[in-house]
Amino acid sequence: MFKLLKARLHQGYQTSRFPEAEIKLPERFRGKPVLDPAPCQENCSACAAVCPTQAITLDPFQIDLGACLFCPLCQEVCPEKKIHYTPDYHLAVNSKKDLKISEKEAKLAEALKTEMLKVLGRSLKLRQVSAGGCSGCEAELTALGNVVFDLSRFGIQFTASPRHADGIAVTGPVSKNMEAALRETYAAVPSPKIVIAVGACAISGGPFAGAKAALLGIPEDIPVDLYIPGCPPHPLTILDGLLRLLNRIKGSPSPFQKSGV
Amino acid sequence: MNVNSSSPSVFWIRNGDSIPLSRVPFYTPEDFRRICLEQVYSGGRLALLSSVPALYGRKGGKTLLALAADDENGKIGVLCADLEEKNSYLSLSSEIPQAQGFEREIFEEQGILPKNHPWLKPLRKQETPYPFFKVKGEGIHEVAVGPVHAGIIEPGHFRFQCSGETVHHLEIQLGYQHRGAEELFLRSSPERRLVISESFAGDTVIGHALAYCMEIEALSKSEPPLYAHILRGAALELERISNHIGDLGALCGDIGYLPGAAWFGRIRGEFLNWLMELSGNRFGRGLLKPGGVRFNLSAQQTENFLIRLDKAERDLKETAELTFNHPAVCSRFEETGIVSRAAAEALGMVGPAARSSGCERDVRRDHPFGIFRFYHIPTAAADTGDVMARAVLRWLETERSIQFIREQLTGLLEQSLEVELQTEIQKMSPEHLAVSMVESWRGEILHLAVTTSKGEITGYKIVDPSFHNWFGLALALRGGQISDFPLCNKSFNLSYSGHDL
Repeated sequence: MFKLLKARLHQGYQTSRFPEAEIKLPERFRGKPVLDPAPCQENCSACAAVCPTQAITLDPFQIDLGACLFCPLCQEVCPEKKIHYTPDYHLAVNSKKDLKISEKEAKLAEALKTEMLKVLGRSLKLRQVSAGGCSGCEAELTALGNVVFDLSRFGIQFTASPRHADGIAVTGPVSKNMEAALRETYAAVPSPKIVIAVGACAISGGPFAGAKAALLGIPEDIPVDLYIPGCPPHPLTILDGLLRLLNRIKGSPSPFQKSGV
Repeated sequence: MNVNSSSPSVFWIRNGDSIPLSRVPFYTPEDFRRICLEQVYSGGRLALLSSVPALYGRKGGKTLLALAADDENGKIGVLCADLEEKNSYLSLSSEIPQAQGFEREIFEEQGILPKNHPWLKPLRKQETPYPFFKVKGEGIHEVAVGPVHAGIIEPGHFRFQCSGETVHHLEIQLGYQHRGAEELFLRSSPERRLVISESFAGDTVIGHALAYCMEIEALSKSEPPLYAHILRGAALELERISNHIGDLGALCGDIGYLPGAAWFGRIRGEFLNWLMELSGNRFGRGLLKPGGVRFNLSAQQTENFLIRLDKAERDLKETAELTFNHPAVCSRFEETGIVSRAAAEALGMVGPAARSSGCERDVRRDHPFGIFRFYHIPTAAADTGDVMARAVLRWLETERSIQFIREQLTGLLEQSLEVELQTEIQKMSPEHLAVSMVESWRGEILHLAVTTSKGEITGYKIVDPSFHNWFGLALALRGGQISDFPLCNKSFNLSYSGHDL
């Protein structure tokens, strides 16, 4: 007992103060990419050609964060350094069109409708469905439960049954073998319900887009309320998105974060 | 074993080698079977049994390919069988259970029938009703769990045959995660292949990406610089440590020992964060590329890592000592979910799960690759084969990996080695076959590649360690209780996506 208390004192208080205090991620962390609007060299399409998931288009010059795996390739090949990743982890949005970012200011997720927020009150219970997920996104969702992020302090929890949930958090490109289970789980959640797509796979198929035994993420007929880009998204990206959806974080991140420093 | 090593029956290669396809010996199915059995009976094991369509027609018809690992001598024996017009052969599984999954895969993907296979069921394909093994008798009941589980984990279906609380048999039905990764991989660009290899199993990014890079390097006869080998090794061990500690935390969480759950869980994050500082991603995505690595470690970063490594190690030691000295933890972990050494060997288990049952196999030692050719991490082993062994082993391996990282980073600082991130990749050899093996945190990863006459990859096979180990989990439950299942499952922590591909 004495040893345990001593260890408790030694280990200390570890929970982060997010969102009251922003957390600074390391310089190399590949969060939101920033595009330079200056015109490219003539006939250069190096970034689009190298992108493993065709997330980059040149005309107009934009990146689809729903397909982007945040790999370093485009940044590496661009002869003019027109694409660079910043450590800005605020990435979650409400609609697929907001995932396409250009040189303009990106739009972040907004809160659910007031009626839905009323239904939820101060709690959000989610059922997690991994549908072909590689366990990367699953691991980051699990990490949200550790003492650093401590998701429960926001009233957000993962339930053991869809019937106890307000919505589902889906990971993976939706393997064909999981499609039925995903649909059944979705149907078992009482209405009104929300759907959260976590990671590039659930949004667009990610690295598995085009695989014969998988779909291209969550089927179109299941409406998605929150898209969280990343491969996998950083736990803070997920947390930031969830809290925006619940109206607990509003507006743009502090200028310190926006500049990506 | 030595007798076999010199026998002309197989073509011996080493980990990370590539050989011309013309050197691969072909046999009749009968001789192929005899040689495979001889290899296993004399202490070897089947690292791979497959049917790679890229090799079809090299002799007559469809082909079987086996890789028999001789761990003692660090060699891998390659051999093929030509099935001619036949679409079947006499199963190996009836003699050596470690072939069962491979033969089911071959049957499911290529329609080649292993005659007399004792357990010829779908491996990944969904069949309804699935032919579950049934125990009959008074008071026998079935418990079905999954594919969607109560926690945040990948999907799989578990079927328990019980009387009362006692589990007589557990059957694990997988395939829900099957995405068609191998097939997609083959028709993808090299850039895409790298990101797919990082996603075969998302908790083993470095392990699988390294095996892929080693394939390309073997086929193009390129050798990454020492600096890259050191960073690769450090990243592989960071991956091992973070997963091992995460598992220790999860095991503590399962039995309600909250200090362990909280602290192991928190410290795991530290190691992921170091991977992020190095590579820009918490799982190390983007770090590796064929020929080397993408990022360096500055002297300042290295010094900073070393200081924090000491602190993390102290915190870990404190938590581990508390956990493993707690009577409640010991009584719950000990003698739960035992896998005997004989069973582990028969099933061809790998990695920490095998080492916990006294089966000392470690690719880093037996078939050294990369930095492990120059620096050896002592292999840890236990012999009780229970949850306690699998937990303690993770702790021992964590300690040794920390020591390895410390020595490598200190070396980097002291020797001020030239920062050389990568060598250029040459053209890949035509009509070659290459094998790469990596000891990932879960055990042996094996990749095999075959090239065309133009030096393009035309055949690729991936074996995740989970493929060898799932049956071990099923055996661990025999005679146990359903309430032991979460604990046993965590103590193995196998990959569904790595198995299903």
